[in-house]
Amino acid sequence: MSETQDERFRPEAARTDVLSVRDLRVWYGTERGPVRAVDGVDFDLRPGETLGLVGESGCGKSTLGRGVLGLLPTGARAAGAVHFRGDNLVELSDKQMQTRRGPELGLIFQEPMTRLNPLMRISQHFEETLRVHESGISKDEIRIRALGALRGMGIPPTRYRNYPHEFSGGMRQRLMIALTLVLRPALIVADEPTTSLDVLVEAQIIRILHDLRRNFDTAMLLITHNLGIVAEACDRVAVMYAGHIVEEGDAKQVFSAPAHPYTRELLRSTISLRTTGLHYIPGAPPDLADPPSGCTFHPRCPDAMAVCRDQDPVEVRTSGGQRVACWLHGPDARIPDGGREPLSRQEISVADEA
Amino acid sequence: MPTKPEAAVPHRSSEEGPPDAASSAGEPLLSVRDLHVHFSIHGSFVQRLLNREAGSVKAVDGVSLDVQPGEVLGVVGESGSGKTTLGRALMGLVAPSSGSIRYRGQEVATASERAFRPLRRKIQMIFQDPHASLNPSMDLETALAHPLRIHKQTSGEQTRQRVRESLERVGLSPVDRFIHKLPGDLSGGQKQRAVIARAIILGPDLLVADEPVSMLDMSVRAKILELMLDLKRDLGLTYVYITHDLATAKFFCDRVAIMYLGRVVEIGPTAEIFADPKHPYTKALLSAIPDPDPERSLPAELPRGEIPDAAAPPHGCAFHPRCPRAFGPCGWEARDLRTLLEEHWAAVDLEDYERERGVVGDVDHLQERGHTAVLRPGGGGDVGDVRALVERLRAADPDEPFWRGVRSIEDGDGEVRLVFSDGRDPSLQPVDQVQVACHLYDGDGAHRQTGGLSR
Repeated sequence: MSETQDERFRPEAARTDVLSVRDLRVWYGTERGPVRAVDGVDFDLRPGETLGLVGESGCGKSTLGRGVLGLLPTGARAAGAVHFRGDNLVELSDKQMQTRRGPELGLIFQEPMTRLNPLMRISQHFEETLRVHESGISKDEIRIRALGALRGMGIPPTRYRNYPHEFSGGMRQRLMIALTLVLRPALIVADEPTTSLDVLVEAQIIRILHDLRRNFDTAMLLITHNLGIVAEACDRVAVMYAGHIVEEGDAKQVFSAPAHPYTRELLRSTISLRTTGLHYIPGAPPDLADPPSGCTFHPRCPDAMAVCRDQDPVEVRTSGGQRVACWLHGPDARIPDGGREPLSRQEISVADEA
Repeated sequence: MPTKPEAAVPHRSSEEGPPDAASSAGEPLLSVRDLHVHFSIHGSFVQRLLNREAGSVKAVDGVSLDVQPGEVLGVVGESGSGKTTLGRALMGLVAPSSGSIRYRGQEVATASERAFRPLRRKIQMIFQDPHASLNPSMDLETALAHPLRIHKQTSGEQTRQRVRESLERVGLSPVDRFIHKLPGDLSGGQKQRAVIARAIILGPDLLVADEPVSMLDMSVRAKILELMLDLKRDLGLTYVYITHDLATAKFFCDRVAIMYLGRVVEIGPTAEIFADPKHPYTKALLSAIPDPDPERSLPAELPRGEIPDAAAPPHGCAFHPRCPRAFGPCGWEARDLRTLLEEHWAAVDLEDYERERGVVGDVDHLQERGHTAVLRPGGGGDVGDVRALVERLRAADPDEPFWRGVRSIEDGDGEVRLVFSDGRDPSLQPVDQVQVACHLYDGDGAHRQTGGLSR
């Protein structure tokens, strides 16, 4: 993979990146051997940019987000590089990471109610958050900063002294975003921030996330299974499958002209208002303790070729500007003779599918 | 797909209702009339001691609908709309407070648990979370045989045969590979297939499916929906499909009912409702679905706020506080003024907020229900200042629907009063092919935009 390195990451852009992830690997130890949840992932994030990380359950997208923040569960190990402000976060101690989470690395979770203390007023949440990270901050300053952050989320100042239970689900998620933003982090990881919300409220939150990049210089990694949210709120999108980023590029470009067969099939199987027929991807995601050889998607891929079974795909840049790891896009020089022969798909029993 | 047309077709015995010929001629399979399900709220300890009611939540508040044999009726709504409670009431899992549910002409709303039990063979339910619907310590054979045993349908070899047929039918084949598996060994889609196998094993007529695919991955949803369509065709099933997801409802349902805060606000043929949504809520829902189509983006105007507290629903039409087209009769009340002020304050500078807050004083009393909103000056101003603030708000956004509901603004006696137009509950009425509960379609059906102080 190293020979395409320079082509993939333009050096002039790399200098200004907030976050630069190189060959990040995260694995969990199990009885059946290591499960490679994140298996050699590269991506960059520039200031003010939102990168959507999409994939189905078990593809490693949440593990990747937690790996970046150093919040992996016990039993998980990480290797590789997560460059952030001159440090490799993977090598930092827990204590060093702790001082960075909050003021530098923000996190928005799926379930806001589990992250707010029901016995504390909203004002107290802000006081605690700001005092921990900015010692010596005055009470007036806290109030001004907090009300500013709340206003950005459309929460009226009259609610400043309310308790979390007095807010609706969407308001709580706004509170969480305000509590994250009040520390002005350079990077926010948002893990399924709208999954537990209703359609209309979800759309409101997407709008807020969409506007964030204009109003702040915060870079965001938005993890979601919902392709529609990425299309609405993200500049770029990275599609994950079985621990790999299989395609990455401009969100509009990826959705209008997907380069990887998995992206294409995933878009086709998404049921939207324009759906007139059901479509799905045959087979099921692979067992990450024992992934298929070559391209991990080849057993399910309608375009699979002989080379896909035998060799790991090489990442290339398409004419549309996407990074894609698929032999359909070459490099031709690396495909052996006969490598382009179509691969007959093995019979998959129906139950294996679901 | 694995379903085989020659496999066992559920037997319909004639004594359980009119024969199929009659029901397809217009006799609904299920008929719900003015159904109410209210849950009482338990107040404080003292209130309970004094036997005082703290109020009630009208989870289902006067729903009427019919389900024709062989159709898929979608019940669509956000959380808190009462769609799940409605589904549970159809199954006899919650007791209706009033109203009627007739299954093939037989009243079931008031049926005792004992009387209801035989009906459960005919009405089955599929729940949202397949993991929670299966006992983790029961293998599939035990789990699927359970309903047969409870309803004393079969025994011994016959039970085993029915279990195998059912597994085969939902695609869990070869059966020998799956029959002794525990739920924990199955993927999400396989678990949902097992749940469906258990639901169809008694040969039901009606399946109430409560968000059957919302916990599943995108690439699996289509497979489960396809399975459900195959089963409907092969077994002659009827579905009530409860969901928050309009996209699957559009694909899957023949008719849809859109619910908001316990009531059906629009009901009609799916094609009609999606091609030409009538109710502003339906319109908003349709425009708010995130779509991966790069050509499409979210509308500039989204309804503000969230589904209100069902314990204190808004006056008149429950959607009016969020509705972009609300006007006079929609049910304006004092707390709408509070919302308006708070929204305004969320947008202005801190200094402006503090000055204006001083002018109008406390706004918590606006939470009380009332036809007139009363503002008394706080420490920072007099009646004239309050009136000026109200006028300023109106001048800043004269198109705000709230002002269409204000009949007059009066001052005197040290207070400013906003008097609202009389609010009425909208009721379902036919418009084109559908039924809509919205005042925009009152009277001559013209889409009116009048009332209030709008000039």
